[in-house]
Amino acid sequence: MSGAPLVELSGVGVRIGSSQILRDIDLQIDAGEIVGLFGANGAGKTTALRLIATLIRPAQGRGMVLGADLTSPDRYEIRRRIGMIGHVPGIYPEMTLGENLRYSARLAGVATTKIPEVLAAVGLAGAIDRTAGASSHGMQRRAEFARELMIDRSLLLLDEPHSALDRDAVDLVEGLIERKADEGGAVIIVSHDRDRINAIASRSVELTGGTLT
Amino acid sequence: MTTGFWHQVAAVIERDLLRERRRGDVLWITIPFGAIALLLIPLAVGTDAALLRQIGPGMYWVIVMLFGVLVAVGKASSETLPQQDASSLAGLDPAAGFVGRSVSSGVLLLIFELVVGLVAVGLYNISVIGIPWLVLTLVLAAAGLALLGTLTGAIVNSTSAGTTLVPLLVAPLSVPLLLGATQAYDGLRFGHSILSWVLVMATVVLIVAMIGVLTARPLQET
Repeated sequence: MSGAPLVELSGVGVRIGSSQILRDIDLQIDAGEIVGLFGANGAGKTTALRLIATLIRPAQGRGMVLGADLTSPDRYEIRRRIGMIGHVPGIYPEMTLGENLRYSARLAGVATTKIPEVLAAVGLAGAIDRTAGASSHGMQRRAEFARELMIDRSLLLLDEPHSALDRDAVDLVEGLIERKADEGGAVIIVSHDRDRINAIASRSVELTGGTLT
Repeated sequence: MTTGFWHQVAAVIERDLLRERRRGDVLWITIPFGAIALLLIPLAVGTDAALLRQIGPGMYWVIVMLFGVLVAVGKASSETLPQQDASSLAGLDPAAGFVGRSVSSGVLLLIFELVVGLVAVGLYNISVIGIPWLVLTLVLAAAGLALLGTLTGAIVNSTSAGTTLVPLLVAPLSVPLLLGATQAYDGLRFGHSILSWVLVMATVVLIVAMIGVLTARPLQET
């Protein structure tokens, strides 16, 4: 793959309050890569994802994501090209799955006519009017994948993407991950399931005590 | 501010009002408690009709201020971190988020003011005079409290001090709103000009709105 890396971190550290969560992180991710990110509980994996998602500013070092410096106002402009699915769903339980997607589409400036199509793509064709809070965790996760399909992302950050998903959904998600990489994007996957991730990842890195090894 | 900005504001307003319609926090909890607070006052001060008529407007505004800030702070803090992250990554401008949350809280506060106001009128036999000015006062109070509560909620979310900061932040800034609202009603009652008090309230609204918009990005990241 040619071109500038999608993610380039150099000596990056992150502090939250008085705690140094990440230190001296050097990481480069190019277009087309699927990277597995492993580590024990509390190693800083979720913080690393939020850093790359431009949601946290680094306290030390220099970071570039999709060409934007992590400390410059440019990062607001590239945010809608970054998708993130955490282990707790980022959807509103009082709203239907369709309303959740409509809200995201309106923020992102995406046509809401794509909603039925993306819901169908994740196996939720008949669930557009289903209240998110009354849907299973697996359905909520599928709806989040539908959101990532709807907003065309260059970088996908997934935290335990297989949890709460049935076998069909896992196949579906892995297909989406591989398609994103084939289209020139990149995917970072946090997981404890090394075997499953190693089967689809182009490489993997390990976080230990806030440092990449 | 671009068209995209106002589309985002509209999306946040629609989201917040939809959530409130389904949850009913303001309709089924805050409004009844506000009305109960008004009902309790005669039990504390006695049922002297003249006294109640005299203190009624002041009591009404104190209750609006207290419950109003609680509503707005509650709405501003009602999102989980994953929900906030999802909105940010859908491209939500923090300033648009602030404006949208403030408008939706303002709409809910206006409903609160109107319903509790009807209870106050019935209970304390308060005169409803100078309706256009009264409506303007209600709108400015709702806007001011909504902006103040939303700003406070954003500050609370961004610091480790949590909700202990709320009274310290809200009290000084809500004083001009409370003074403006009560003095404006007295002015209407005694036939004086209330323009200066309306301007005080409008100035507070503008100042808090500007602070909220300008600090939206830094507050989101601290």
